[in-house]
Amino acid sequence: MPKRKVALNTKLEFVSILDESGRVDSKLDPAIPDEDLLKLYRTMLLAREFDERMVRLQRQGRLGTLVPCRGQEAAALGSCYALKSSDWVAPYIRELAGCLWRGWQLEQFLMFYSGHEEGMKIPDAVNDLPLCIPVATQTILAVGLAWAAKIKREDSVVLCFFGDGATSEGDFHEAANFASVFKLPVVFACHNNLYALSIPVSRQTNSKTIAQKAVAYDMACSQVDGNDILATYSVTREAVERARSGGGPTLIEAITYRLTYHTTADDPSRYRTTEEESEWERKDPILRFHKYLGHKGLIDDSRRDQWLEEISSEVQQAVDNAESFSQKNTLDIFDYTFDQIPPSLRKQREELAEFMEFAKSFERGKA
Amino acid sequence: MARLNMVQAINLTLSEEMARDERVILLGQDVGVNGGVFRVTEGLLEKFGEQRVFDTPLAESAIIGSSVGMAINGLRPVCELQFSGFSYQGFYALEQHAGRMRNRTRGRFTCPLVVRVPYGGGIRALEHHSESRETYYAHTPGLKMVIPSGPKKARALLASAVRDPDPVVFFEPKALYRAIREEIDESSKEVFPIGEAEVVRKGEQITLIAYGAMMPATLKAADLLEQEDGVNAEVIDLLTISPMDEETLANSVQKTGRAVVIHEAPRNCGVGAEISARLVEKVFLNLEAPIRRVTGFDIQMPYFSRENLYLPSKERILKVARETLAF
Repeated sequence: MPKRKVALNTKLEFVSILDESGRVDSKLDPAIPDEDLLKLYRTMLLAREFDERMVRLQRQGRLGTLVPCRGQEAAALGSCYALKSSDWVAPYIRELAGCLWRGWQLEQFLMFYSGHEEGMKIPDAVNDLPLCIPVATQTILAVGLAWAAKIKREDSVVLCFFGDGATSEGDFHEAANFASVFKLPVVFACHNNLYALSIPVSRQTNSKTIAQKAVAYDMACSQVDGNDILATYSVTREAVERARSGGGPTLIEAITYRLTYHTTADDPSRYRTTEEESEWERKDPILRFHKYLGHKGLIDDSRRDQWLEEISSEVQQAVDNAESFSQKNTLDIFDYTFDQIPPSLRKQREELAEFMEFAKSFERGKA
Repeated sequence: MARLNMVQAINLTLSEEMARDERVILLGQDVGVNGGVFRVTEGLLEKFGEQRVFDTPLAESAIIGSSVGMAINGLRPVCELQFSGFSYQGFYALEQHAGRMRNRTRGRFTCPLVVRVPYGGGIRALEHHSESRETYYAHTPGLKMVIPSGPKKARALLASAVRDPDPVVFFEPKALYRAIREEIDESSKEVFPIGEAEVVRKGEQITLIAYGAMMPATLKAADLLEQEDGVNAEVIDLLTISPMDEETLANSVQKTGRAVVIHEAPRNCGVGAEISARLVEKVFLNLEAPIRRVTGFDIQMPYFSRENLYLPSKERILKVARETLAF
C-alpha cells in the first residue's frame, strides 16, 4: 500500500494588463471598444467625485456614517462591465462604480446614507441585490439567485462582491461549497484591499492568496491587479463565460487598496502608515486609466476637466434632489414588513399615528 | 378520504403544492434519496425529480441563505432543517435577510419561503433534539411563525405557508408526527389562514391556550376539569405564533375571565408572556384571576430520562387551572 500522489486541480495566475504608467500588455489587451472605454472612464470619474462629495457631506453632518469607496473603482467596474444587464450583482458595499454602471442612481446612495430605506429600492430594470451590511452573508444569497436561475433554465450569471475579511466567515465557505457542488453560475469576486477595517490580511488568513481557497472546492480561480480595469474585466469575462456555459463558479481575488477610511467613523492612521498609503496613491486605478486613454488619444486633460465640471453639477443635482425628499408618509415604516399588514401590527401603526397627534398638540400647548 | 398522520399529511401537502406550482422546490439535508430523517419528504424526489428536490451539503446557513436567494429570484423554496436545535446556524439568514428584504428594498424584493423545522421534546432524543425556541422567530420582525398540532391543520397551514408572499417558519411538533391520525379529504384543497387561532373546545369558565405538541395534554386537562370538577373549559389552539390572533384570545377570556397559557418552551420572554401581556391590555377588567403559565422551566431542557419533569403534563395544567379557578 504505497503512498501515492493525489492530483489536485490547481492553476492560479496573477493577471495584470495595464501598469501604473498606463502601459498596456498588448497580447492581453481585451480590446474594449473606444466608446465603452470612455464610458467606463467617465463612470470612474463620477464614482470618485461622488464618493468624495459624500464624505464631505458626512463631515458637514448632512449624511450619516457611510462607507467610502475611493481607490477601488476599477475592481468593481471592470467586473460589472463583463455582465449582461439580465445578470445579477450581489454587492457588498464598496462597489459604487460598479453599481453606477449597473444603473443605480446617485440619489439612492444619498438617501441610503441619510437614513431612508427608499435608497435601497433598486430600480426595476436593475437586477441587483441591495447593499449588504452583514459581512459575507451576500455570498449565500448569490448562490440562491444562481441556483434559481439554473432551476428556471435561465442563462443569467451572478456576480458576488465581498472583501478579504469575508473569506474568514463560514458563509463564504458554505457558499463556495454549494456553488461548486451544484455547479452554479456564480462569480465570487473578492476585493482584497489588504485590510478588514484594521485587521491586515496576514491576520485574516495564513494562505498565501485568497484565490487559492477555491482549490479546496475544485473551483476555477485567478488573482488580478484590482486597480487595473482591463485586467478585472478580462478575468471576470472569462469567469462569466465559464458560468454561463455551465462550467460552474469561479473565485477571483482582486488586489486593491482602500484609499480612504473603512467608514467615515474610522481613523486609518491607527493601523496603516502614510508611506504605504502614498505608495498606493501612485497605483490609483483612475490615474493609470487616464494615462492609457491618453496614449490612445481618446482623452486629454481638458476633456477630463470638462467632464469633471459636468459631473460636479450632476452630483449637485442629485444632492438637491435627495435633500428635497420629504417623508410624506412616515407611518409607512409599518407597511413593508409583510405583504398584508396583520391586525396586531395595524394597531401599532394606529398607536403611532395617535401619538403623533398627541405630540403635535403637546408642542402647540407648550408654544 | 384517508386517515393520515402528520408526516403523511405534510408529505401530501408538499406533493400537492409542488404539483400546483412549479416554482415550489424542496431542499435540505437528506430530504431526497432518504426522504428526510422523519420521512416527511419520502417519495417526492422520485415524483418530482432532481430539479425540484435537492439533497444539500450539511450547512444550515447555506440551506436557508440560498433559499432566500432563490425566493428573491422567483422560486418558492421549502427547506427542511432536521431539528430546531440546529436551526441557529441558519438563523441569521432569516434575521438579517429573509425578514428584512421586503422592507429593505421597499417591496422590490420579497422572500416567499418556508423553513420547516421539527421541534419539541418527548421523543427520547439526544441533546439539541428536543427544544422549543419559537420565541426567537416570533420575536423577529418580518417572519411568520406557525405551529400546527395535528394532521388536518398541518396540511391546511402548510398550504397557506407555501402560498404566502412572506417568509414562514413552520415548526412541526415531532412528538405528534405519528401520534394522531385524522380523516383527510384528498380531493379538497383545504387551507387555513395564517394569523388565526382556533377555539377547539367551547367552554365558559376558563380559557386554556396552547399550541403544537401541548394540545393533547391541554385537551386532556380540559376533560379532567369537566369530569372531576364539573368545570367547562374553553381551549384555544394558537396555530400561528406570529402574527398573533389576539382577538380570538381576548374574546374568549372576556367571556371566561380566567386564562392559563401552556407551552413547552422556557417561560422567560416566552409566548405565554406575550399572550398574558396582550390579555391584560385588552380585557383587564374582565379578569377574575391572574393569568398563569404552565411552561418549560428557564433551564436547559433535561435529557430524556428527566424530560417529563420539564414538559407540561395534563396534571400540571390541571393543578394550575384549579388554582386559577379558585383564585
